Amino acid sequence: MAGGVMAQLKNPQILFASDLRDGEVLFLAASGWSRDHRQASVARDSTQALALEARGKADIAANRVVDAYLADVAIGADGAPEPLHYREKMRIKGPSIRLDLGKQAQIEPAGEPQ
Amino acid sequence: MTAHDPHQAARTNAPTTTYLYDAYDTAFVRERVAEFRAQVGRRLEGAMTEDEFRPFRLMNGLYLQLHAYMLRVAIPYGTLTARQMRRLADIADQWDKGYGHFTTRQNLQYNWPKLVDVPDILEALAEVEMHAIQTSGNCIRNVTADHFAGVAVDEVEDPRPTAEFLRQWSSLHAEFSFLPRKFKIAVTGAAHDRAAIKAHDIGLRIHRNDQGETGYQVIVGGGLGRSPFIGKTVRDFLPREDLLAYLEAILRVYNRFGRRDNKYKARIKILVHETGIEEIRAQVEAEFAAMDRAPFQHDGQEFARIAGFFAPPPYEALPAQSPALEVAKRANAAFKAFAEVNVAPHKTPGYAIVTVSLKPIGGVPGDATSAQMRRLADASEKFGFGELRVSHEQNIILPHVKKDDLFALWRLLDAAGLATANAGLISDIISCPGLDYCSLATARSIPIAQAIARRFADPERQRLIGKLGIKISGCINACGHHHIGAIGILGLEKKGQESYQITLGGDPSLSASIGELLGPGVTADQVPDVIEHLVDFYLSERQGEECFIDTWRRLGHARFKDVLRREGEDGADI
Repeated sequence: MAGGVMAQLKNPQILFASDLRDGEVLFLAASGWSRDHRQASVARDSTQALALEARGKADIAANRVVDAYLADVAIGADGAPEPLHYREKMRIKGPSIRLDLGKQAQIEPAGEPQ
Repeated sequence: MTAHDPHQAARTNAPTTTYLYDAYDTAFVRERVAEFRAQVGRRLEGAMTEDEFRPFRLMNGLYLQLHAYMLRVAIPYGTLTARQMRRLADIADQWDKGYGHFTTRQNLQYNWPKLVDVPDILEALAEVEMHAIQTSGNCIRNVTADHFAGVAVDEVEDPRPTAEFLRQWSSLHAEFSFLPRKFKIAVTGAAHDRAAIKAHDIGLRIHRNDQGETGYQVIVGGGLGRSPFIGKTVRDFLPREDLLAYLEAILRVYNRFGRRDNKYKARIKILVHETGIEEIRAQVEAEFAAMDRAPFQHDGQEFARIAGFFAPPPYEALPAQSPALEVAKRANAAFKAFAEVNVAPHKTPGYAIVTVSLKPIGGVPGDATSAQMRRLADASEKFGFGELRVSHEQNIILPHVKKDDLFALWRLLDAAGLATANAGLISDIISCPGLDYCSLATARSIPIAQAIARRFADPERQRLIGKLGIKISGCINACGHHHIGAIGILGLEKKGQESYQITLGGDPSLSASIGELLGPGVTADQVPDVIEHLVDFYLSERQGEECFIDTWRRLGHARFKDVLRREGEDGADI
């Protein structure tokens, strides 16, 4: 942030975490944690990324979530973030060999964060 | 080792030929459940951070994986009663998603438990004398054993009394609850090693010396993972009387000298490799000679009490041959294939050992639905004294089936999708969960297993190929035992993509060997093609009854590498 210029990220990022109580994958959204990655807040520069991380750390400290980390995404034609790495692609869906399990089995058209 | 009350041991968990908890065991496991319930409560209330809680949950087998928590339940030496199998099914239905995954360490993993439910799950397990203690963490893990224990024709002695003896010694062993790294022990009592003892931190082989006394060959420093090593013999013959004291001495040497500065160099295999087996042997023998052995003095009465639980079930006196079996084989080709591939000789005339494959073509290796678990429990009660085994090959064993009953058993299994006739064949693939579930994985492994199994789906072709162990791991930690597969496959990340290294020549048995790398990694789509080229070359070159590994050893690794090089030159995309 030298000279007050926000550093652009190589790729936009969203914050992943796991719910402490049930272990489900969560995404930090504007109004809290969402179970749908399409609701995730997208950081486009380092300041926004740090802000997401700070909120994640606060919720780790508050024993709401565990294992929060930023992951690179691309923004799709529909405006929703899509992870770039195959590991996170897996996490937003569920096991590739059991399409009846995980988020992919229950995902519905994007709506408001829960 | 003598804290057990024999008068409490007659409770029903029957019919059974396995160890039954006494009052001491019951209280111990119940206390642990209550303790973990309190720890979970404090975590949820915020009285503990994740860093503080993690060691507690790991010591109770609870991981946090890619999609959810994962609970690993111990199945000591792979032996289960029908009642226990039904409880595993009930837990899958009540608190998970209706299935479980049997692992290469004879455990069962639930992939979707909620943290808030885990204390109730552990309570339900405790009711049937099961637990998840020490299925994770830097401690002595679940002791595994030959899945044909007690019934194999080549057996000197049932290894399970030894395994149970060691389980009681190692459970919450105060000195060894914070080892440099995890520690795995496997035991076999047979001439043929079905427990991969040379790939364990300690492998024990029960045998007899020239005087006819029963004791142990003690093998130390085996292990897979990032740096694979075949274990080395530290004692050719250890009298039973010295078993606990000697293992105590090995663990003390490891606990003192094992590296704690680098987790990748912390296993005993690295200590043995860097120090040398001669020096390790000298250190162990010195500790053994100097230690106060009184607390570890062999309690023959207690060992005999434990061994009593593993007495043979009440077999009938039967002729060795079964005319009914032969008639059924002639009448039904599918059953004939099952009987020839999945049925092994039993030491008692008229009986057989049945391997129930959890590797249907296109299925998930090691997975069983709750309905299948119940069917297996039913089958074991109807045809096998209510006893089941879990193999490290991720299959279920029914160890005491009358030959006369094999056809009826097969029909029961077939109706539940459990009659795949591929035990030991190319589609009987060991596979870790890989990146479909595991947070450590670098690539998926299950879809690779499924693609290979589909490629070789033809049962006749599989039988033509013969015994061939393919083992797949989704990361360098090697839970899928890829190093000791005749064909091993390791999933890695390469330039942001899943990539698969293939090794040849691995062997999990007493002639153990680590596989050699075939060449650069290939994509997931290419793996079945590569395997097919290798198998076709083997079929064209094998002599007589050679298995794949025999042909590979005779011809040498370079000949197999040449196959792929030639295929590549011909334009194949490999």
